[in-house]
Amino acid sequence: MTKIKTLADLRRIKEEVQSKIKLRENSNHPEQLVQVKVGMATCGIASGAKDTMKYFVDELEQQAIDAVVTQTGCMGYCYAEPTVEVTLPGKDSVVFGYVNKEKAEEIIDVYIKRGELIDGVIPLSFKTIDD
Amino acid sequence: MTDYKIHLLICGGTGCKAAESDEIKKQLKHWIEEVGLEDEAQVVFTGCFGFCEKGPIVKVLPDNTFYVGVTPADAEDIVKEHLIKGRTVPRLLYKDPITNQQISDSKGMDFYKKQTRIALRNCGFINPESIDEYISRDGYAAMGKCLTEYSPEETIKEIKESGLRGRGGGGFPTGLKWEITRKSEADQKYVVCNADEGDPGAFMDRSILEGDPHSVIEAMAICGYCIGADKGLVYIRAEYPLAIERLKTALNQAREYGLLGDDILGTGFNFEIEIRLGAGAFVCGEETALIHSMEGLRGEPTFKPPFPSVSGYLGKPTNVNNVETFANIPVIINKGASWFNKIGTENSKGTKVFALAGKINNVGLIEVPMGTTLREVIYDIGGGIKDGKGFKSVQTGGPSGGCLTKDFLDTPIDYDNLLAAGSMMGSGGMIVMDEGDCMVGIAKFYLEFTLEESCGKCSPCRIGNKRLYEILEKITNGNGEEVDIERLKLLSNVIKDTSLCGLGQTSPNPVLSTILNFEDEYLAHVNEKKCPSGQCKALLKYDIIEDLCTGCTLCFRNCPVGAITGERRQPHYIDQLLCIKCGVCYEKCKFNAIKLS
Repeated sequence: MTKIKTLADLRRIKEEVQSKIKLRENSNHPEQLVQVKVGMATCGIASGAKDTMKYFVDELEQQAIDAVVTQTGCMGYCYAEPTVEVTLPGKDSVVFGYVNKEKAEEIIDVYIKRGELIDGVIPLSFKTIDD
Repeated sequence: MTDYKIHLLICGGTGCKAAESDEIKKQLKHWIEEVGLEDEAQVVFTGCFGFCEKGPIVKVLPDNTFYVGVTPADAEDIVKEHLIKGRTVPRLLYKDPITNQQISDSKGMDFYKKQTRIALRNCGFINPESIDEYISRDGYAAMGKCLTEYSPEETIKEIKESGLRGRGGGGFPTGLKWEITRKSEADQKYVVCNADEGDPGAFMDRSILEGDPHSVIEAMAICGYCIGADKGLVYIRAEYPLAIERLKTALNQAREYGLLGDDILGTGFNFEIEIRLGAGAFVCGEETALIHSMEGLRGEPTFKPPFPSVSGYLGKPTNVNNVETFANIPVIINKGASWFNKIGTENSKGTKVFALAGKINNVGLIEVPMGTTLREVIYDIGGGIKDGKGFKSVQTGGPSGGCLTKDFLDTPIDYDNLLAAGSMMGSGGMIVMDEGDCMVGIAKFYLEFTLEESCGKCSPCRIGNKRLYEILEKITNGNGEEVDIERLKLLSNVIKDTSLCGLGQTSPNPVLSTILNFEDEYLAHVNEKKCPSGQCKALLKYDIIEDLCTGCTLCFRNCPVGAITGERRQPHYIDQLLCIKCGVCYEKCKFNAIKLS
């Protein structure tokens, strides 16, 4: 990793990273690239988020779906763990609760592959610092 | 790929389900098929919208129309009017209680977005193990701004103007603390992050460290720059292995990028952070005890003054702030004090993170602007009380706080109001109790915790709390007298007045506040030897009603202690001396022949 030596360096890296994320969103196969974020804080892991994450990684790879699966912290919906946020290209992200293996399978088959919403969406309920 | 153009989201939360949301979904689907829109409109269940009072809720996408109080009979109108003719159905729109205006777009509704996430801005959004993702969200920009544009004094001025107060419990103004530590002269100073979160049911700090560790690292560096320290220490309990792991990863990434270490961003500022593990003692959340624990001494508090800002870790000036306090700092610098101090109430600025727990539907982590009422938190965000039961009390401030009744539901939450109501902000644990909870039992629960966690240094706390506990035990065992309530009050006040540190000074609060707000329950325990909530086992009595007992022997076979006797097809009896009041017979009996009194 290169060192960030000045504020200009920091700004350049920020732009690089941002464009990298953008690139990910506007790749050659926008209709296929999917972002999946699994809530992996203690609450999520205790409810089985590790298995859920593994399932998404394995299954999306096996089905050759172009997707990025990453982990994130607690989304706050501890009552509905494991929680998973799915962003289909060009669409608003959707958070699903209680995502066990069966639910994950349904998310892949119905939402990711066919674009149909399924039961169990958690509505967004907060403002961000940019709102 | 079916591309639905319209989505009807219907709340599938507990509250709305109870109000026929299943039937509404069925009806919506029926009418959609009836008018031939099944390829364009989809109906799905969602989790709780958190506005259960006005449920059931149906939201129509993409135009964000928010219908409240929907019944199955309204499905036809929603489909025929809204979906086909493109007109909203006015009678189902939300009416603003103040302006009396109807609002259709949910984005214009305050109630729908009660939460503002500042400290939790990146939690559940970025990958906590990727410094790049943090940087892409303005990460380390605040540190860069301070190091290159602001002098330490200017930075402190900004924090002071923001009105930020310590989120660990006491609510001391953060900027002032930084200024005092800056003014202390010494060859070495320290920045300490207090991550010794110990209240039962609280997990705000853990979630921040697990979800956004870099925000704390960045803020500690800013603090170091302001007070003139080049060393930071994070005191974190060993029970938080994942938080420790993520923090270590983050520290290594920051070092590799040169955002920690020597000559940060070429400004000549040096800063390094170390982790110190604590053994999870509650008292070590008190700053002097925390510092002693880091020094390798027993985790016991010492008298203040001297305050840590004058003489702290290894006798050097030390600035101790809590995790959540730090997590607010980068946003204040980036967005400016004037942005931050517009949020909140007059003396409590910004937001507060709460861990919602207990008998509430949406257990979880929330962040609301100061001044939000308890009712909004519990009903609009928390989705109300579990199993449709009634609200009894909410405990804030952990073992140091108090239990608030429904009279306080409309009190705006801030430091001063909670203190005035006999509780405190504390670190942000919020435990909701329903009508089935016994308040004497709750007081006993918290005291048990304090007993366990008292370091034993000063006698009021060590001995006094033990005596308090014994009196409570006497009451819950049915041996209490009315004078015991007076004894509890007297002893509590002595402990509060004479204890050395915050733990002892606040430990009787759960007792005092439950006596103040629920005296009738105490009186029922001591005078009538009854527990109104049926929670105190010693005060319960199980009897078999002879006329209803068929002699099926089910209770006899299930009683774990052999307290039930009787012949087949003859009424059975419970030997009260052997009965342990487990309630198994009560649950198993198919003829309602077991009486609970």
